[in-house]
Amino acid sequence: MGVEGIGARVARKEDKRFLTGKGRYTDDMSVPGMKYAIFVRSPHAHAKIRSIDATAAKEMPGVIDVLDGRQLTADGIGNLICGWMIHSKDGSPMKMGAWRPLADQTVRYVGDAVAVVVADSVDEARDAAEAVVVDYELLPVVTDPVKAMADGQPQLHPEAPNNLIFDWQLGDAAATDAAIAAAAHVTEVKIFNNRLSPNPMEPRAALGIYDSGDDHYTCYTTSQNPHLARLVMSAFYNVAPENKLRVIAPDVGGGFGSKIYIYPEEIVCLWASKRTGVPVKWTCDRTEAFLTDAHGRDHISTAKMAFDSSNRITALKVDTIANLGAYMSLFSSCVPTYLYATLLSGQYDIPAIHANVRTVYTNTAPVDAYRGAGRPEATYLLERTMETAARELGISPAELRRINFIRSFPHQTPVIMNYDAGDYEASLNAAMGAADWNGFADRKAEAERRGMKRGIGMSCYIEACGLAPSSAVGSLGAGVGLWESAEVRVNAVGTIEVMTGSHSHGQGHETTFAQLVADRFGVPIDSVNIVHGDTDKVQMGMGTYGSRSGAVGMSAVVKALDKVEAKAKKIAAHLMEADESDIVIENGELKVAGTDKSVPWFQMALAAYTAHNLPSGMEPGLKEGAFYDPSNFTFPAGCYICEVEVDPDTGRTEIVQFVAADDFGNIINPMIVEGQVHGGLAQGIGQALLEGVHYDPDSGQLLTASYMDYAMPRADDLPSFKVSTSNTPCPNNPLGVKGCGEAGAIGSPPALINAITDAIGNNTLTMPATPEKVWAAAHAAN
Amino acid sequence: MAKITMTVNGRQVSGTCDDRTLLVHFIRENLGLTGTHVGCDTSQCGACVIHMDGLSVKSCSILAVQAAGSSITTIEGLAKDGELHPVQAAFKAHHGLQCGFCTPGMVMTAVDMIARHGSGLDEATVRYELEGNICRCTGYHNIVKAILAAAAEMGGARQAAE
Repeated sequence: MGVEGIGARVARKEDKRFLTGKGRYTDDMSVPGMKYAIFVRSPHAHAKIRSIDATAAKEMPGVIDVLDGRQLTADGIGNLICGWMIHSKDGSPMKMGAWRPLADQTVRYVGDAVAVVVADSVDEARDAAEAVVVDYELLPVVTDPVKAMADGQPQLHPEAPNNLIFDWQLGDAAATDAAIAAAAHVTEVKIFNNRLSPNPMEPRAALGIYDSGDDHYTCYTTSQNPHLARLVMSAFYNVAPENKLRVIAPDVGGGFGSKIYIYPEEIVCLWASKRTGVPVKWTCDRTEAFLTDAHGRDHISTAKMAFDSSNRITALKVDTIANLGAYMSLFSSCVPTYLYATLLSGQYDIPAIHANVRTVYTNTAPVDAYRGAGRPEATYLLERTMETAARELGISPAELRRINFIRSFPHQTPVIMNYDAGDYEASLNAAMGAADWNGFADRKAEAERRGMKRGIGMSCYIEACGLAPSSAVGSLGAGVGLWESAEVRVNAVGTIEVMTGSHSHGQGHETTFAQLVADRFGVPIDSVNIVHGDTDKVQMGMGTYGSRSGAVGMSAVVKALDKVEAKAKKIAAHLMEADESDIVIENGELKVAGTDKSVPWFQMALAAYTAHNLPSGMEPGLKEGAFYDPSNFTFPAGCYICEVEVDPDTGRTEIVQFVAADDFGNIINPMIVEGQVHGGLAQGIGQALLEGVHYDPDSGQLLTASYMDYAMPRADDLPSFKVSTSNTPCPNNPLGVKGCGEAGAIGSPPALINAITDAIGNNTLTMPATPEKVWAAAHAAN
Repeated sequence: MAKITMTVNGRQVSGTCDDRTLLVHFIRENLGLTGTHVGCDTSQCGACVIHMDGLSVKSCSILAVQAAGSSITTIEGLAKDGELHPVQAAFKAHHGLQCGFCTPGMVMTAVDMIARHGSGLDEATVRYELEGNICRCTGYHNIVKAILAAAAEMGGARQAAE
């Protein structure tokens, strides 16, 4: 490992621009003639649109035009789609209702876009939007997914009777039921996984620029995957053919899943730019973000876990209802199915598993992937059930987990996944050591003397990431392949550009991807530029989500580097009249092994471009591309331990320590990996302790639509974290990496709830564990 | 419309804006200083923190006309002669930023916090004082570390100067 190579704790190349105000986010973009869009949104959760009258609005100062869904439909702009087909257990395809970018007949949730005002300034557009008169015929509302499935409830889409999108299953029902019937002990738990708003700090934004001279569109947008945005907008929404549409996702201020999807606003900005003849920029305000960014989680489940007389798990049976909101967002169908039920084996050897999942429309914002996406829901269900079982069986939670750990690899679970490597006991031991688990009883006694209730809880998570083998996900219904691409361009002076289809929105790719190059060729990372986020610069890519940029994106870079290295060695061998198999690359030089002959890296690069003296038949230049399609998911895993003190008088929970011991495989930059874990933990702790999206059940109004109502974790809600790693390299990719972006959010909620329920002696507690709920549960237990 | 003049990052600037224009929009749109961000519109998130006459202020919660005649420092004005301010340097050294969106406000808040507390800052105080700045990426762990490190370094530098 060099000082800037693989494994080095390198400070980030991208930091200077962010620290000096030179970051360039979508809302920072400005082009000549640019105007501003404000959306007219439905204030009702369910209504028919009788009429839209924009006469007065169009007369207001600065207004260029007011456009609505009738014009959008007339111009042939397509429906928003869900790109992952799921079939119900009766074989029928999922019931996808129409989602218009601007609703033209019916609105189905508060915030549904109805019209757009384009004006000289944001303020003028906002004034005019208030003057657009929409006549609504109100319809009854349903926000609760269980209620939505009952007869006689409001129907959101004619395609989906009883609002049921699909009724899907995975695993062997008969074997699972038989094992439960024969069990020595069955633990049954009801689980509610609360709805969350992802809340990247940068609100969504879009700038649509139509150039009538070339009949060409440019879209600046807050996207985690600009190429997918271009593909979907071309192939499905009829905005423009791919060669006439450039999508740029510049600096993006966090995503956490919510910026994967293609939303109505970027489509409308592009379309409106052509309609009005001016560039159109829209920037979301925070309340719009709460209303319209895809939410996460929102599962209601029951779990039955069966044990034999030696406390070994014999079966797990799960029934889940997932609320998908008013429309099916882009990947909404795969989150509660193939990203959820496939992880229900956790770290445990479970012979039989069966999961049944029903997904339901309600008059709420669409729900899709949010950091972890299905895997936090699986982990929460499993680890709450394990903890409950340990309490019922009267054995320590660590012991119950140890008894059931998978210990040999590869391991085929009953729910599709084939785990390739891991050492769960190592993470458990590391976490228990770091948390001083054995000293807890003394700390609890000491807290009791102060009148405080102290509790400790653990969670052993596994996740599948590095999404994903294309043929595998294709066979499961995905509409796209999940490979990644890279191109390595060595310039004539030896500096290097790496084009990647991964997208960095906080993950530090400009540094870690450059470390790969520095490691390979011994060149400084300052001579390496990472280029991403622009469909004109990078040919194709699948973007960043599902902790895939290391395992998939970097692997594509490695493949391209292999090709560059091979050609560079041929050139160097030719220049030094040596055999190419004798060439080694070290510290920016190509050397003939065992001699003092060498060629500096830049000289070899220059030779490639002057082409005066290349091996016979070799093409000039030094540029190579690669596509990498993974052969399996990767399986990060770990153990998290949380220790809390609950004030019995107020119900307030203080996290006194939080320990994370993760297995991420090989690590490129430990500083960045730790940062990813910290952020994930904060989001998971936010889910467990603070956050929750609430709709009024009668009106469908969003009650948590600002930071005054939705409790985001603040600095003084959180402790400093103790993080460590104990790594088993992933055998299925060239770097042996696994993925660290989502782990913190996946593993932490059950550890926290297990700790609080331990403290208060009452196992019945739902997230978020607000002081009110904790107080009530603590006193109910007494 | 109002015509206003103020000093921004040491330079006198003038502009015309609506009476209702917020200072943050004046800074971003009229002056083109896009380092100051809008993250919430309700004065909770702190992405828009600037310094006005030496005090940290949320520029989304004040009208541009109220800032007329004042002296403003934005994130763009913090580094001097190409050298990062010690707080900026500490954020880089301790990985106190990820997506960078909350970072300008965090840094401006931290500079003010250190100016008021000096090297006597402790973790609890830093966490308490960050109440008005929301970060979704870092879990605050490395932000707290960076601020404490910068406070120690700046306090040390001050002592050395005395």
